[in-house]
Amino acid sequence: MSVRVRVPTPLRKFTQGSDEVDANGATVSAMLDDLEQNHPGIKERIMDENGKVRRFVNVYVNGDDIRFLKNVDTALKDGDSISIVPAIAGGM
Amino acid sequence: MRLSPEQVERYSRQIMIPDVGGGGQIRLRQASVLVVGAGGLGSPAAFYLAAAGIGRLGIVDGDTVDLSNLQRQILHTTADRGHRKVESARSRLAELNAEVDVAVHDVRLTDENAAELMEPYDFIIDGSDNFDTKFLVNDVAVSLGKPFSHAGIVRLQGQTMTVVPPESACYRCLFEEPPAPGEVLGCQQAGILGAVAGTIGSIQATEAIKYIVGLEEHLLVNRLLTYDAKTMEIRNVPVPPNPRCKACGAPAGSPASQRSHA
Repeated sequence: MSVRVRVPTPLRKFTQGSDEVDANGATVSAMLDDLEQNHPGIKERIMDENGKVRRFVNVYVNGDDIRFLKNVDTALKDGDSISIVPAIAGGM
Repeated sequence: MRLSPEQVERYSRQIMIPDVGGGGQIRLRQASVLVVGAGGLGSPAAFYLAAAGIGRLGIVDGDTVDLSNLQRQILHTTADRGHRKVESARSRLAELNAEVDVAVHDVRLTDENAAELMEPYDFIIDGSDNFDTKFLVNDVAVSLGKPFSHAGIVRLQGQTMTVVPPESACYRCLFEEPPAPGEVLGCQQAGILGAVAGTIGSIQATEAIKYIVGLEEHLLVNRLLTYDAKTMEIRNVPVPPNPRCKACGAPAGSPASQRSHA
């Protein structure tokens, strides 16, 4: 399954500055593994060592939060649009 | 309450908006907003709320003005360097609109003082610069049933959402817990463009005004607005209320919590 992944600013250092990259995988978990292959270092910013999405990062498949789907086991199909949205701390 | 002829003239450009009108202007005069942080977000938010004729404006900030603040914190000027931020905020807001009652709190928002500071106000604007304060504002606002605007900014990016407890999703429905210190970059380490802070702070003021004048059904609730100034893309991502949310979720065994397991 080939999907488009929107990359937030803090993670663009892993994608040579790209705000959107392609990735493959039948599930979110497999897609993140594929992302890591092409952009080493990105996965641990999204997932913890137990394979769970970090609590201050959300992953959306076609606009739906995967926490309310099947989490990292959520199935993907060709053309799906993935968004990664981390919490932002700044303000002052 | 009636508006004076001078008030009618001062606020004429917003009174003529059908969604505001004279009634909305009177509601603004009778309303109070607390701005947490007189910084990159709080400056434009407080400025526009004072300009719009909010009745009472509270400012919480325990910091002094530093030269590196002035690129974005438009309540403070070069001459204010080294002065308390709440004081420069108060004088700037008074210069703009002396009929706004500005209450300043020269402290950091803490676990101990948050409820007492937030309770008297109708709406809270979170312009803080760290996760601890953002989660604190959320948790206290949810427990007080106080509507608020959350926001975060970094580099060329911002995000904001409005929370109206108990109906809407809260910040903890979106992000369950803050990251460990240093795990995510803040403005101090990563930088922020002043104009980006202005955009997001202005959205926060807009949400407060909408809530006050009666546009509650159009608020930025149950979704997070993300703004990428580099690509100039504004998107909304849905934030459904999380029935298991630690801050606003239904207690175990209640009908709402059982629904979530269905």
